[in-house]
Amino acid sequence: MFNKTDVIETIDMIEKEHLDIRTVTMGISLLPCIRESAEKTAQAVYERVVKQAEGLVPTAEQLSREYGIPIVNKRVSVTPVSLITAAFPEKSPLVARALDRAAATLGIDFLGGYSALVHKATAEYEKRFLSTIPEALATTEKLCSSVNVGSSRSGINMDAVKRVGELVKETAALTPGGLGCAKFVAFCNAVEDNPFMAGAFHGVGEADCVINVGVSGPGVVQHALSFAPDADLTEAAELIKRTAFKITRAGQLVAKEAARRLGVPFGVVDLSLAPTPARGDSVAHILEELGLEAVGGHGTTAALAMLNDAVKKGGVMASSRVGGLSGAFIPVSEDIGMIEAAERGAITFDKLEAMTCVCSVGLDMIAIPGDTPASTIAAILADEAAIGMVNGKTTAVRVIPAPGKKVGDTVNFGGLLGRAPVMPVHTGSAEKFISRGGILPAPIHSFKN
Amino acid sequence: MRAVVTVTGTDRKGIIAQVSAFLCEKNINILDISQTILGDQFAMIMMVDASECTEDLASVSAAAAEMGRDIGMSVRIQHEDIFNAMHTV
Repeated sequence: MFNKTDVIETIDMIEKEHLDIRTVTMGISLLPCIRESAEKTAQAVYERVVKQAEGLVPTAEQLSREYGIPIVNKRVSVTPVSLITAAFPEKSPLVARALDRAAATLGIDFLGGYSALVHKATAEYEKRFLSTIPEALATTEKLCSSVNVGSSRSGINMDAVKRVGELVKETAALTPGGLGCAKFVAFCNAVEDNPFMAGAFHGVGEADCVINVGVSGPGVVQHALSFAPDADLTEAAELIKRTAFKITRAGQLVAKEAARRLGVPFGVVDLSLAPTPARGDSVAHILEELGLEAVGGHGTTAALAMLNDAVKKGGVMASSRVGGLSGAFIPVSEDIGMIEAAERGAITFDKLEAMTCVCSVGLDMIAIPGDTPASTIAAILADEAAIGMVNGKTTAVRVIPAPGKKVGDTVNFGGLLGRAPVMPVHTGSAEKFISRGGILPAPIHSFKN
Repeated sequence: MRAVVTVTGTDRKGIIAQVSAFLCEKNINILDISQTILGDQFAMIMMVDASECTEDLASVSAAAAEMGRDIGMSVRIQHEDIFNAMHTV
């Protein structure tokens, strides 16, 4: 009738190993909200988001109780706002605040999509939109913002990269402790169906309204590996695949059911291992379980490559549609293993960069000295975007130049955002390189037609 | 609709009686029971049929958790689909 072992395994995963659905994210197109003025557009945006997503929080809570699995975040992603406010870009913060009000009305955790896609060029309206991002982040609570600065097909828009460096500094100055930077990410090869923040937005190629689900469960993978201390890496990869399959099946179930009850199409399951600052919910500890003394040491990149691949292979089999970022996240402040390794100096900025070559995203939630120049932040992004462009993967930068903080200090973001020791960055200037601007050409292997 | 009830905690008298009374009151039929004691730890898994229960599963689940707290046990009721999804291809 039922398999006792399976029942106990599921309950242990949820109660002892932090298995959860990290997010149910509703993607909503804002294209029908464009009006002749910013004020009317903001009102239309508020009304549409509240109407489309009114059932999101109650439905997610109901599913959570029925299946006995926590659904940690309920979120909304919207069409990149730069497209909605193209006729009056300076007034985009009105839409930002309308979205934030909608988020408060709905009781959701975050709303993403205060975004611009400028990977090939920055149009005039986009330049003016980009300038509003610091104000938008400083005057809202739940709004997240992102910019796509490059792609494998188009190359890297280095003028946009330079501008993002400045925007990060401005945002840090305008928000207490630089917290606004935790809600801002710059991408290369941004995906249109990502349910995770800060980079979620609803692409223009998407349906009018969809449900995307992000799963989690690094603790479950670590726990499974702890029973196979002597397994070789082939066997370990198999074990991770099997575990990722189970985790993703839970996500698929919730995604399909949420979509059905809300009467909107199911989009994708994002097969990510997303850590939290809680002990037992760490991607870093999985890598250490595989045999590394400390994450950040030699061998870390190889271990992460294996983990990331095994998560994808196990997850793809478990879901009818996968998408988003799908892989292992390595945010520093949101992972207790990363935090402790950074505090001990075991993991460095350069090793994190190497790890982003093989994980699913990029340099994430890293506190850097408050006096880091904008050109250095832009150069960090240029490096990261180059990795993404050449390797045909998504990469991203979310760094926090914490005002007044220096190496050795710690920045506390609170909640799921965690805490981060300020990490040193290279001090050699990239000013001249960054000020050149232009387009960094796409690699020859991107011409696939 | 079928659901899985799990009850865990320190063993004492009357656990099955109280859980069964709760299910009966909610018009939920027990289909199968497996129960064991490990040391002083009580563990029980039940398969139940909740199709005649008039409340939705989410509220029954919340009530079960509260009843569990009253008797010092962890009591969960979960839709069977979560187990089927995770453990069958």
